[in-house]
Amino acid sequence: MSKLEVKYPLHTQEILNVNGNEAIAYAVKQSLVDVVSAYPITPQTIIVEKFSEFVADGLVHTEFVPVESEHSAMSACVGAAAAGARAFTATSSQGLALMVEIVYIASALRLPIVMAVANRALSAPINIHNDHSDAYLMRDAGWVQLFTENVQETYDTTIQAFRIAEDERVLLPVAVNLDGFFLSHTLENIRVLPDNAVAEFLGGYRKVAKLGVDYYEEQVPHMLNPARPLTFGSLDLYDYYFEHKVQQVEAMKNVPGVVREVNEKWFELTGRRYGDGVIDAYGVEDADIVVVAMGSGAGTVRSVVKKYRERGEKLGLVRIRMFRPFPYEEVRSLLRGVKAVAIMDKGIGPGSFGALYQDVVSSLYDLGSHPLTVDYVYGLGGRDLTPELVVKMIEQVKEDVKTGRVKEKIRYLGVRG
Amino acid sequence: MSSQRGWKELPLGGIAYRLSTDVKTGDWRALKPVVDHNKCTKCMLCWLFCPDMAIIWDGEKIQVNYDYCKGCGICAHECPVKAISMIPEFEEV
Repeated sequence: MSKLEVKYPLHTQEILNVNGNEAIAYAVKQSLVDVVSAYPITPQTIIVEKFSEFVADGLVHTEFVPVESEHSAMSACVGAAAAGARAFTATSSQGLALMVEIVYIASALRLPIVMAVANRALSAPINIHNDHSDAYLMRDAGWVQLFTENVQETYDTTIQAFRIAEDERVLLPVAVNLDGFFLSHTLENIRVLPDNAVAEFLGGYRKVAKLGVDYYEEQVPHMLNPARPLTFGSLDLYDYYFEHKVQQVEAMKNVPGVVREVNEKWFELTGRRYGDGVIDAYGVEDADIVVVAMGSGAGTVRSVVKKYRERGEKLGLVRIRMFRPFPYEEVRSLLRGVKAVAIMDKGIGPGSFGALYQDVVSSLYDLGSHPLTVDYVYGLGGRDLTPELVVKMIEQVKEDVKTGRVKEKIRYLGVRG
Repeated sequence: MSSQRGWKELPLGGIAYRLSTDVKTGDWRALKPVVDHNKCTKCMLCWLFCPDMAIIWDGEKIQVNYDYCKGCGICAHECPVKAISMIPEFEEV
């Protein structure tokens, strides 16, 4: 399909000058969300603040539930989604840490909630700026985790997230990650679809999936309904807990296909797509050295990699857009034959490696010959990733390739000695 | 184990595939409430307080549904005329 056949060509898409948070609020406004429940926390606050204005102005039908904590925010979303509603919340850092108990419950109950996470460092020391430690905190929570690189992608991904979450092959909650301040508070001109186009893309209001139980002859909607009661969240011991966990894993297997499909549908609609939806790769076909990164930092890396490639140096970038489920097979096939891989972690696991490093290296283990790998921890607590730091990293890795070995498996980019 | 269902046969999200009433929770009971109908004034306080809806009004008098009564004793505690006594289900060893 050529770009000319895009259903909503650029000139039909309104230009908005918004930051990442406002872009998400606007996307949620267009997504026919029934319930929004949230608690303010920097740098996420603007999302629900802006959205509450839409509610006050009567621009949405949404029930807005202000709560006393993030634990309650996610609980309200669980209740709303279990009652058949399309539910949304947003949080950051400590807020996510406080709600994490219910974060696991949302995925295990298979409720397609969408949550924006404006990524921020975890305390202590207290810090409001960006890194990925909050997203790493929930990596085993059974949520789909998508990372965005710019404000436009944040808008696009939020709408896509509802469609991915509610797909009958998935039925899992989705977290849309945007880097705190770097995206949440940075103004960008973005293109938005008309309201009716978003409604059409999502198929209108949420359609609840059906399931079969022994005591109803027909399949019934997976929701709380006094006319046809179902038991949600009952005690599940050693006789069934394991089976229910395997069901979650099986649902995760369907996610990459659905994410790719939604990425393509979005392209047909808007003319925009992000790699194959799962991975946004640049220059890896012939690359000797590949950098793996997530979020806004990938943009900085791409610009540096581009300059190297213009000088004829074989460098590439793999931007992981879908961090959970982790695209093991795609990473393995992309990095086959590469000499060295620098994996950039914007989060730290004291006593271990960064989460992204662990996943990438696990993906590579089955290859016959392994590239050299280095874990580059960068940007903690919002420290800027400058192009100079990326150059420093690449020059170090080039040196590793020359000597054929990596002395330090973990290196810190931009920390004072 | 063989009679239990595999993950492919279970409804998603941990939804109970059988009715909760299939589970006779009355077998947890150590103390059994027994009603003295000569004392009972039919005030229905026991019915109001029972957390398991195990007190049933049959049109003439109250009855205890022993399939689901867990023997908590709230009915006996609340009864203003002491018409309900809690009797051990098992003899003490």
